[in-house]
Amino acid sequence: MYNFNFQSASSLDDAAAKLAAAEDGTVIAGGQTLLPVLKQRLANPSDVVDLSGIADLKGIKAGADSVTIGAMVTHAEVAGSSDVPAALRAVAEGIGDPQVRNRGTLGGSVANNDPAADYPAALLGLGATITTNQRDIAADDFFTGLFETALNDGEIIKSVTFPNATKAAYAKFPNPASRYAMVGVFVAQAADGVRVAVTGATECAHRGPKLEAALSGNWSADALDGISIPPEHLNSDIHASAEYRAHLVVVMAKRAVAAAG
Amino acid sequence: MPTVSMTVNGQAVSGEVEDRTLLVEFIRENLNLTGTHVGCDTSQCGACVVHVNGDSMKSCTMLAMQANGAEVTTIEGLAQGGEMHPMQQAFHDNHGLQCGFCTPGMLMSAIDLVAKNPDPDETTIREQLEGNICRCTGYHNIVKAVQQAAKTMGG
Ligand SMILES: Cc1cc2nc3c(=O)[nH]c(=O)nc-3n(C[C@H](O)[C@H](O)[C@H](O)COP(=O)(O)OP(=O)(O)OC[C@H]3O[C@@H](n4cnc5c(N)ncnc54)[C@H](O)[C@@H]3O)c2cc1C
Repeated sequence: MYNFNFQSASSLDDAAAKLAAAEDGTVIAGGQTLLPVLKQRLANPSDVVDLSGIADLKGIKAGADSVTIGAMVTHAEVAGSSDVPAALRAVAEGIGDPQVRNRGTLGGSVANNDPAADYPAALLGLGATITTNQRDIAADDFFTGLFETALNDGEIIKSVTFPNATKAAYAKFPNPASRYAMVGVFVAQAADGVRVAVTGATECAHRGPKLEAALSGNWSADALDGISIPPEHLNSDIHASAEYRAHLVVVMAKRAVAAAG
Repeated sequence: MPTVSMTVNGQAVSGEVEDRTLLVEFIRENLNLTGTHVGCDTSQCGACVVHVNGDSMKSCTMLAMQANGAEVTTIEGLAQGGEMHPMQQAFHDNHGLQCGFCTPGMLMSAIDLVAKNPDPDETTIREQLEGNICRCTGYHNIVKAVQQAAKTMGG
């Protein structure tokens, strides 16, 4: 790891000011992605600004028709919170292992936008809104590409608001070694209709319009029987071929619908 | 170089570190507590697990500065007055180790597991030890040890 200047931020404004003053600054949340990246010398920030002291980024607030989760809330806290809907708790509980869940955060996972990360599917599947220190961004506009998001340089995620859904569930086929999703599918009967989000299959999580159309008419696993996903733009690596991932998308979608009831 | 301060195994400690110093490096190299092991150094194997403010964490994937002000417990902090912790005793009784390299992290994770699941079944134990890799035992005796310890720790 190259050395850097470690700074603690006391507020969102303080963090933004420290980033702005740094030559090439980055924020650190749980560090479960950033530290492995730094160890491999894939990044060389001049300053690393720690968000853990910012009270505004913590806590889970249940509203009448949504729940708002602070960016620094850990996966373990989400998994264990009775204010969080079961489908979202299950997403958090399925991430990595207990030690990763004790440090890794919602904001870090969303900002990182790993192609095989779980939370992006939940945000898209529930039609969540990402609140930053600058603005609100709809999940549909947030995940823009491989490790790419709509965040500007120096923009910090404050919280994510998840609207309640009538029914929702997530089904994940974990890579047996890393636990990341080979393919994960989140399905929901949301306020604006049926939403299906797929992670692990392409360069980043995305909606599944074919699956949504089929489930809108008939909310049952059987409704997905005839559907095939073309493998052309799907990820292919030592863990799974594009054809296998295409197959998994439909299988996971069916399992998610069955689990949602 | 910044100064970091924390409580480790009940004792206030502080030391000079680089900003990039990992918690495990501080524990092993500054404090000479070498029971916490570095297996993979890539956040996978769990040999470096310690407790930070009561939760198990991989000390190779945490900066020493991120533990500034925290309460840390390492494997050296488990035995009290020459008596092994019930989890250590259970690993001993059930032959829950062979080479011993993964054992410190395995014990720290297992203690956190039982604290959060006082009566864990076998599936829960296997799932919750997901972050700890043992290449010797096939996990079988480790699971038995955790089951025994859960009984003694609860009672
Ligand atoms: C062994 C292992 C297994 C894992 N398995 C899974 C898995 O199964 N599924 C899964 O989804 N993930 C998995 N992860 C990743 C894990 O969920 C990470 O915790 C997460 O991706 C990053 O969160 P973090 O809080 O650790 O962020 P950090 O590592 O601190 O930061 C990640 C990136 O996000 C930026 N960032 C952090 N917070 C903010 C913010 N509030 N605003 C703007 N930018 C921010 C940082 O600058 C950095 O670029 C795994 C990780 C490990 C080590």
